[in-house]
Amino acid sequence: MTPSTNTLERTNYLNATKGFMSWFWTIDHKRLGLMYMWSVVAAFILGGFFALKIRMTLMPGAVDFASQTAEQMNAYNNAFTVHGAVMIFLVIIPSIPAALGNFVVPMMLGAKDVAFPRLNRFSYHLWIIGALLFTGTFFIGNLDTGWTFYPPYSTGSTDNTVILATLGAFVLGFSSIFTGLNFIVTIHKMRPANMTWFRMPLFLWAIYATAVIQILATPVIGISLLLLLVEKTMSIGIFNPELGGDPVFFQHLFWFYSHPAVYIMILPGMGVMSELFATFSRKPIFGYKSIAMSSLAIALFSFIVWGHHMFLSGQSQLMSVIFSALTFSVAVPSAIKVFNWIATMYKGSVAFTTPMIYGMSIIWLFGIGGLTGLFLATLGTDVQFHDTYFVVAHFHYVMVGSALFGFIGGIYYWWPKMYGRMADNFWTKLAWFMSFIGFNLTFLPQFVGGSRGMPRRYAGYGTEAGYDSFNYWSTIGAMILAVGLTMALGTLIYSMFRGRKAPSNPWGGVTLEWQTPTPPPEHNFEIDAFPVGDPYDMNLCEYNGEEEGFLPVNPRADDPCVADVAIDPVYFEPESENAPA
Amino acid sequence: MNLSALLRAAAWLQQDGDYFFPVEASTNAGEVDRIYYFIFWVSAVSFALIVGATIYFAIKYRRTKVGMNPEDSPHHSTSIEIVWSVIPTLFMIVMFKWGFDDYVDRRTPPGDAYQVNVHAQKWSWAYSYDEGAETGMGWLGGEGEGLVVPVGVPIKLRIDSADVLHSFSVPAFRIKMDAVPGRYTYAWFEATKIGEYPVFCTEYCGTRHSRMLSKVQVLSQEDFDAWMKKQGNLADLPPVEAGQKLFQRKCASCHNMDGSKLIGPALNGLYGKEESLVGGAKVTVDDNYLRESILEPSAKIVEGYPDAMTPFAGQLSEDEISWLITYIKSVK
Ligand code: HEC
Ligand code: HEM
Ligand SMILES: [Cu+2]
Ligand SMILES: [Cu+2]
Repeated sequence: MTPSTNTLERTNYLNATKGFMSWFWTIDHKRLGLMYMWSVVAAFILGGFFALKIRMTLMPGAVDFASQTAEQMNAYNNAFTVHGAVMIFLVIIPSIPAALGNFVVPMMLGAKDVAFPRLNRFSYHLWIIGALLFTGTFFIGNLDTGWTFYPPYSTGSTDNTVILATLGAFVLGFSSIFTGLNFIVTIHKMRPANMTWFRMPLFLWAIYATAVIQILATPVIGISLLLLLVEKTMSIGIFNPELGGDPVFFQHLFWFYSHPAVYIMILPGMGVMSELFATFSRKPIFGYKSIAMSSLAIALFSFIVWGHHMFLSGQSQLMSVIFSALTFSVAVPSAIKVFNWIATMYKGSVAFTTPMIYGMSIIWLFGIGGLTGLFLATLGTDVQFHDTYFVVAHFHYVMVGSALFGFIGGIYYWWPKMYGRMADNFWTKLAWFMSFIGFNLTFLPQFVGGSRGMPRRYAGYGTEAGYDSFNYWSTIGAMILAVGLTMALGTLIYSMFRGRKAPSNPWGGVTLEWQTPTPPPEHNFEIDAFPVGDPYDMNLCEYNGEEEGFLPVNPRADDPCVADVAIDPVYFEPESENAPA
Repeated sequence: MNLSALLRAAAWLQQDGDYFFPVEASTNAGEVDRIYYFIFWVSAVSFALIVGATIYFAIKYRRTKVGMNPEDSPHHSTSIEIVWSVIPTLFMIVMFKWGFDDYVDRRTPPGDAYQVNVHAQKWSWAYSYDEGAETGMGWLGGEGEGLVVPVGVPIKLRIDSADVLHSFSVPAFRIKMDAVPGRYTYAWFEATKIGEYPVFCTEYCGTRHSRMLSKVQVLSQEDFDAWMKKQGNLADLPPVEAGQKLFQRKCASCHNMDGSKLIGPALNGLYGKEESLVGGAKVTVDDNYLRESILEPSAKIVEGYPDAMTPFAGQLSEDEISWLITYIKSVK
């Protein structure tokens, strides 16, 4: 039986227009969101291939330490560089903001599109160009600088492939800046009149805070990469001491962007978490204001802690001490969010759906990722852990364990809205289970290896060094993780064609995107007015057995929050070809 | 991989030290480990609490009927929110302060510390002493002496780099410091146990980063003094031998002397040979060519090799250059 609110058999944004150009040249934020999503998945498969290559090289016994050749080492160095650069610039940074953000943000605002739909399309095309530049490096040389591009190695020693890669990162930076800009304007200008800042869903707060970082920090990496190119191509001394430059200067510029960037990666995931915990506990989120404010606090603090990547770089002692103290200040708002999510479950009605299982497991994963950050923020212990596998494990727990799991959880959550079909069954949960086990098996041993001194970015260790068992379990774990993630992808693709047809509101979410049919029409909403009140007032909808989903309950007429509101008060490009009438 | 290899791989469990750390072999190591275990237990308890609460709430308040609504409960509490912000902050203040004290101590060598100079270059370590002694990398169980120091004496390391960034790391001492070209950086330690400890390069530096290994040999004061006496000045040796010692230290990470290719070509039998260069030119190897190849390697690149050699201009004395050339000429 098809739920009454399912439009798969009717016109919706997926089938309204057809053909390659109707997607590639679209300005529909939903289509752009989906294209970002699949592009990010493709980039993830590429990065994942190199991850497996890394793990296979490090499997004890796979490569003989004594007879490993320079070519093999170069290939390894290339593998970890491409893996890191692809995963950071092409996968994690655009994952939630560009893919899920594009799909969801305008609908959460009750709007027809983002503020600048054509700029949005341009961002996506920049992403494609950046991705092509990165893949171009495979054909011209051996990119082996690490994703950090530290000079003087990058400007002096290595081959010219690095020019292409930095250009790629530069272009991707603009993609990210434009997306951020678009979201900031959209959120400022296109909220329905009744949606005050403190009635915004927390996902919007998270995306907003992320966008602030994107537009303030990303230009700095752009400039730094240009300076790198100037030094590399024209031998003008900026960072290379042989030419009169200062290599530590680059590290400051690089981390001035890249530390805030780690929050570009995690804040949107935290936003997804807030939505999941509210909807699946069927309860208003606990401590709405402190979650919203902590997103902003994180965004601001993230700008003043970069020096914690440089405790041993030769920067002054005083700087290290200040940066250590400031770093702890970011940990507090992160912890507050976790407590709020858990408190949301208290006396709730917790549903074990696939997205919520991802959400709950992130408490475990982000718990480990965040708590291990404390060891790194503490000066005495960071000396031992810096540039070892301890750091590798730490940032994988936050970037993969939390940001990527948040992305996948978010995909499962909004999937019915995207494709009009459900993906929530035994197999989706089994895929989660495999990924979770595989992930922990891969990265937990690396903490111990790291505290025992195991350096990162090594093409091999030799049995005498005593790190074989960590590498052994990590490689086994990585294989299980690969199976789990592949299965997750499989469940989604299966559901696209065979999944049960979804009602417009399968989970009981009360944010505005659940108030339109599934999949939505081209311009998002069939009605042009809806009530906006408390974004987490779960009484606004209730379960309907025939629909197999939730249907809105008529709002109380006396509620002052509720009023009829035009969909989008400001709309920027009325003349464009696909613009809503 | 078979079982015995796996058991061998698990050998770290029986190595000195505890589960998380290698042996504590410096005066500083114990303190670092104490800070670690403090943060570890605070984290472990916090982790158990948050994960425990998540699991407990998930089970206790699980949805038993589709679409079930929960009873009303508060969704905000200022006092609880203040409590759970302040308590972590207090713990973090302790962590910061303790880590800070240890770090300042690490960065401030005692006035009477004995200085050894550490030289990093792609991809080897060399150590020089004010007494004139110089030693090369050396790896546990391998050739070379590594950094030789007396036990129970504060040692101050002055670290430099000839090419790119490197980092000098001795896990058993819990010390690590980047080597930055164009400036000196410092680290210090006082070894407490006689023995040999691994040294790693922990800042990525190119192809053989993973082979930029070395060791620290901690000797008793008498053994150290005796060792130091035996270290002649290179200038006292015949030029060929001086050249060979220097070659071991500075060049052997990239050049073999047995005809086999490493990063650069083997250098035996090179003198007098006709060498093809990138770009098609040919040169006959003579003293001037060797000199230029060492000081400005980018000037002429050997066919089939990358432009990857460290330029030694400004780093070798005239004597040292001529010893090297004499040595290269001597190996057929
Ligand atoms: C980082 C690795 C590296 C180190 C260290 C290194 N070399 Fe080289 N060397 C190379 C490479 C690569 C080449 C080939 C490319 C070129 O000609 O520059 C080379 C070429 C040479 C040549 C020319 C060989 C020929 O076949 O014509 C000489 C001579 C030489 N090196 C001597 C030395 C000496 C002496 C030292 C120590 C003081 C040294 N190298 C240290 C990498 C290195
Ligand atoms: C919860 C608070 C956090 C603290 C206190 C913290 C602390 C630190 C510190 C001090 C380092 C430097 C370690 C070193 O190199 O020696 C570090 C590295 C790193 N962290 Fe975090 N972190 C936190 C959260 C995050 C988050 C949320 C992310 C990303 C989503 C992240 C990603 C990274 C990355 C990528 C690196 C290593 C970069 C590299 O060297 O390649 N961290 N962290
Ligand atoms: Cu950081
Ligand atoms: Cu190195």
